[in-house]
Amino acid sequence: MGSQPAIRVRSVVPLGDTAVLVEFSDRLDPVVNAGIQRLADAIRRRRLPWIRDVVPAIASLAVHIDIGLTDEADTVEVVRDLVEVCLADTTVPHRAPRPPIVVPVCYDDSFGMDLPEIAGLTGLSADEVVRRHLGSDFRVLMVGFVPGHPYLGGLDPTLAVPRRSAPRLRMPAGTVAIANAQCVVYPYEIPGGWSVVGRTPLRLFDAARARPSLFEPADAVRFERIERAQFAQIAKNEGTQ
Amino acid sequence: MSARPSARHPPQVSVERAGIQTTVQDGGRFGYQHLGVVPAGAMDMESMLLANALVGNTPDNATLEMALQGPTLRFGCETLIALAGASFRICAAHGQTVTMLASNRPILLSAGTQVAFEHAPDGARAYLAVAGGFDVPSILGSRCTYIPAGFGGHAGRALKKGDCLALLPQASSLARTRFGSLREKNSGIVSHGSGVTTVRWSVRPGSLPEDEVTLVRFISGRHRALFTAQALQAFESSTYRISPDSNRMGYRMVGPRLERANTRDVLSEPTNLGTVQVPADGSPIVLMADHQTTGGYAKIAEIVSADIARLAQLRPGQQVRFTPCSLAQALALARAARAALTTKTQALAWQYQA
Repeated sequence: MGSQPAIRVRSVVPLGDTAVLVEFSDRLDPVVNAGIQRLADAIRRRRLPWIRDVVPAIASLAVHIDIGLTDEADTVEVVRDLVEVCLADTTVPHRAPRPPIVVPVCYDDSFGMDLPEIAGLTGLSADEVVRRHLGSDFRVLMVGFVPGHPYLGGLDPTLAVPRRSAPRLRMPAGTVAIANAQCVVYPYEIPGGWSVVGRTPLRLFDAARARPSLFEPADAVRFERIERAQFAQIAKNEGTQ
Repeated sequence: MSARPSARHPPQVSVERAGIQTTVQDGGRFGYQHLGVVPAGAMDMESMLLANALVGNTPDNATLEMALQGPTLRFGCETLIALAGASFRICAAHGQTVTMLASNRPILLSAGTQVAFEHAPDGARAYLAVAGGFDVPSILGSRCTYIPAGFGGHAGRALKKGDCLALLPQASSLARTRFGSLREKNSGIVSHGSGVTTVRWSVRPGSLPEDEVTLVRFISGRHRALFTAQALQAFESSTYRISPDSNRMGYRMVGPRLERANTRDVLSEPTNLGTVQVPADGSPIVLMADHQTTGGYAKIAEIVSADIARLAQLRPGQQVRFTPCSLAQALALARAARAALTTKTQALAWQYQA
C-alpha cells in the first residue's frame, strides 16, 4: 500500500462458515486502524461477487461471504490470501480525505450529566474537561453495534476514564460519552456504560438519506459547542425532538 | 371479476389482529454492515424461501414472518398464498363458511376472505408468501423490517391492528394465472366451497424441530482460550434451554454458567449471525437475525449456518445441545442444505411453468 505504514496480520479466524475475521492488533492503535481502513477500500475495490460485506473495526476486519457464490473449501485461506494480495497492492489510490464532520454538542448540566464525576477523576475542572473534549481531533475507528453508531479515537489522553461499573439501561439518542481512549455518540436510545459529556441534536442515521450514516469509517470528526437554544433549534430542524 | 384492481377488491391485506410479532421479512439487507446495519431478514431463511417458491415467487419477494401466535388478516382481492414453517392452525372464513387449512401448500383465496393464523403445535415461526410479494418500499436494497432502528418493512415496526399492507396492483391476475397452472398440472384440486381452493400435496421445510433436544453444531469461537476447561466442557456436554427473553436479536441460553479463565477485556469487533457470545454473567447468547454488528463480549462458539434455521424454530423453554464440528464440515453442511432446498424450489417452479 505504497507509502502507508504497513500493517501485519496477527491472526485469521472463521466467524462461523459465513465470515472470516482478520485481526491486526489486540489494542487500539490509530496507525493500525488507518491501515485497516485502507485495506477495506482495497478489498471493496475488487468487487468480488462472493463478498457480501467488508467491516473494518478498531483493530480487525471482517469479510462476510456468500458461500453460495464460492465453492472454496476453506474460507479462511481464501480471505488470508485476499488480504495479503490487497496489502501488497500499491495501485490502490488514496481516498481523498473528506472535510471533518462538525458535530454540535450541548454540554449543559442536564445533558453532560457525568462532567462533575469526570472532573473529579481527572483532577480537572468541568469546563476544562469540555475544553479538552472540544480540542480533541477525533477519527471514526469503526461504525457498529447499531446503525450509525461511531467509535471515535483521538480523545485527549488526560480525559481517559474507565467504563462505569453499572451501565445505564436507557440513554437518549444523541448522547455523547467517553471511556478510556474513545468517544461514542448514540444514534438511538440504547443502554450505555460510558461517561456522558453532552448531547447532539443531529440525526445520526436515516435510511432515507443519500448518506444514511452521518459517520463513516475513517472520517475525521470535531465537536462544536452549542447552547440550549441552538440545540432546540437544530433538533427541531432534524426532527429529533 | 375484473383483471384490474378495483375499489371493491383493493389489492391489499388488512390486519384485524396483529399477532405477537408479525414483520415483513425477506432475504436481508447486505452491504451496510460497515455502517452498523445488520442484514436482518427472515430468522428461518429456508422456510421463507420455500413460502415464496410455493406461490411461484422469486426468492427476493417480501413475506410476513409470524411468531408463536399469528395475525388475523383480511385479503381485499383474490390472492394466492402459502404459509411455510411452523404449522400454525389456519382458519379461513368467507361469509358463513369456515375452513381449516394446512401449511406448506399453495392456497387460492377469493376476495374478502379472512384468515386467522393461530398457534403452532411445532416450531416458532412461519412465513406467509403472497403471489407477487408484499409491496412495501425497498430501503437500502431490502424490504425487511429492522425493528431496533425502526426502518424497513411496514413503517419500520411489527404490524398493528388496523394496518394495511399493499399487494402488487396485478396480485389477483397473478393469483389466477398461477393457480391456473396448478390446475393444469394437478388432478387433485380441492375446492372448499367458500372460495378457498388448494392442492392435495405439501412441501415441508427441513427446519422444524423433530426431537426433544435439538442438536446444534458449532465451530470454535475465537476467544475459546479465554474460558476455563470446565466451561468449554459444560458448553459441549450440557443441555441448554431457550430463555423467555429471547428475540430476533439473540437467543439467551439457560444452563451452566461459563466462567472465564482470563477476564481481560476484549476489544469491540465484528460479530456474525450465530456468534455465541458470553457476557460477564456467564450465560451464553446466540446472535440471531437482528443482532448488533459489533460487540465486545468473548466469543465461545459460532453456530454453523446450516443450523440457524432450526434454532430459529425453537420456542422459549425448548432444549438444545451444542456439538462441535470443523469449518470444512460446516461448509459442506451449508452446501448440502442449499442443494436440498434447491431441489424443493425447482420442483415447485415446475408447477408454475407455462
